[in-house]
Amino acid sequence: MDYSSIFSYMYTEIALVGVAIAVLLYDLLAGERGRKFFHCFTCILMLLFIAGTVVPYHQGTGEVFGGMYVYSPVAGIVKSILAIGTLIVFLQADSWLRREDTTFKRGEFYVLTLSTLLGMDFMISSGHFMMFFIGLELASVPMACLVAFDKYRHNSAEAGAKYILSALFASGLMLYGISFLYGTTGTLYFEDMAPALDGNALQILAMAFFFTGLGFKISLVPFHLWTADTYEGAPTTVTSYLSVVSKAAAAFALMVVLVKVFAQMVEYWQLMLYIVIVLSITVANLFAIRQKNLKRFLAFSSISQAGYIMLAVISGTPYGMTSLIFYVLVYMVANLAAFGVISAVEQNSDGKVCMDDYNGLYRTNPKLTVIMTLALFSLAGIPPFAGFFSKFFIFAAAFEQGFHVLVFIALINTVISLYYYLLVVKAMFITPNDSPVANFRSDNSTRLSLILCLAGIIVLGLASCIFDGINLYSFGM
Amino acid sequence: MVQMEYYLIVSTIMMFVGIYGFLTRRNLLAMLIAVELILNSVDINFVVFNRFLFPGQLEGFFFSLFAIGISAAETAVAIAIIINIYRNIRNIQVKNLDKMKW
Repeated sequence: MDYSSIFSYMYTEIALVGVAIAVLLYDLLAGERGRKFFHCFTCILMLLFIAGTVVPYHQGTGEVFGGMYVYSPVAGIVKSILAIGTLIVFLQADSWLRREDTTFKRGEFYVLTLSTLLGMDFMISSGHFMMFFIGLELASVPMACLVAFDKYRHNSAEAGAKYILSALFASGLMLYGISFLYGTTGTLYFEDMAPALDGNALQILAMAFFFTGLGFKISLVPFHLWTADTYEGAPTTVTSYLSVVSKAAAAFALMVVLVKVFAQMVEYWQLMLYIVIVLSITVANLFAIRQKNLKRFLAFSSISQAGYIMLAVISGTPYGMTSLIFYVLVYMVANLAAFGVISAVEQNSDGKVCMDDYNGLYRTNPKLTVIMTLALFSLAGIPPFAGFFSKFFIFAAAFEQGFHVLVFIALINTVISLYYYLLVVKAMFITPNDSPVANFRSDNSTRLSLILCLAGIIVLGLASCIFDGINLYSFGM
Repeated sequence: MVQMEYYLIVSTIMMFVGIYGFLTRRNLLAMLIAVELILNSVDINFVVFNRFLFPGQLEGFFFSLFAIGISAAETAVAIAIIINIYRNIRNIQVKNLDKMKW
């Protein structure tokens, strides 16, 4: 076997394994003095990793391990977006990880996070259902450990139990679907399965089961019941990772599988997605209005954002792929900015995460308030910010394929979502409060991450070269 | 020789018993056992399809081997979390996991 092709096509995964091992060894071998620079060391390694892999090395696609692993430039772009998200999460994690009760398990946090990232990387460039399944599980098993990371806090353990049991259930259903796909086609390779599918009843059932597994990861509406509890109970940093990186990877993988493998059954999965999109956006918006806890609130907001992402999947075109990646990128910076502010306030005010605690925040912490406001504006899609453009591209992609009514429903829901995003803004700016959160200065790495996110929110929408750059690679998917 | 259909009937029954158990059991460990039933029914499916429909291949056998390994890893994590809950509240009944709701 020729090993050089492994190194030339799997360079992202191999480099990521290297980063994870380096972090693990540093945690093991560094003394008391060395551990002071642990955070710095990890972030610099991640930065080097991103710098080395951000531009795809190959223009065409390539296969490793007999087609089990498929390299494509567009997957490389998605991987570097996920890595950037992980770096921002690491930057925000520092003040939480330095607390006395978590400082001794910092290394575990980094290694677990990197292994979920590795799983997502394998999942999005798999060419075989076994590889896909292993990647998905490698992403979701360490994620459960991360959710239950605060061992002595009951909320965290409860969230972990809800997450892992739902994850097991969803992956069981997904495997059941894959078993019928195997039974009816006799292969598990994406490439061989696509022509062998003919859309009979058993295959439609199998596809619906398969969709369950990914719908759980993206937290679309019939499979969303774990989302709010897990997001609320998990440590805030983990919540932001869960809401952004894991969701983005699963959405991309879903689009690749639906377009590549289920190309023969396009009318069935478009109908299925249609229903799921309408449900996700509407139900999540209605539930978000009545939330008082900001983490729960952002959980429902992220469910409805997942519905919007599915608008790109339903189009099934290369343009839809570009707008999906762009949407995910914009959603990532906006959501990470919002979670960064929540995490900073939580760390500096003894765990305040309710909307009422944010009353009058503008008077004490004006900078954080402005960042939060801009992030929420971007999530809602108000014009000068990136969120408007990403929503526009998504709607255009779906509209082009003739889903006029669906886009109309999504537009109405955008207005509803504006209402509840503005509720938070109103609490921060207008509602009077006698004892607002005291003024504080967050640590440097949180500030750096918030500046990165803020730059993303403002620049991504205005610099057209980014959308065009993604578009260059998404031709063949 | 036993026909393929009988194996599939067994695995389908296991699958839906698992789903029923997952939805009705009120103990975290019992829910975990129910999910294991689902995963095992999948393994039976893969092996049976491989053995009867595509005897020349090994893909189904290998998939079920990997599925067994991965589900063992998942179960280990799930049990660790359940033990953690037991340490916190001395109980693993679902009705006590209601600190976060709606």
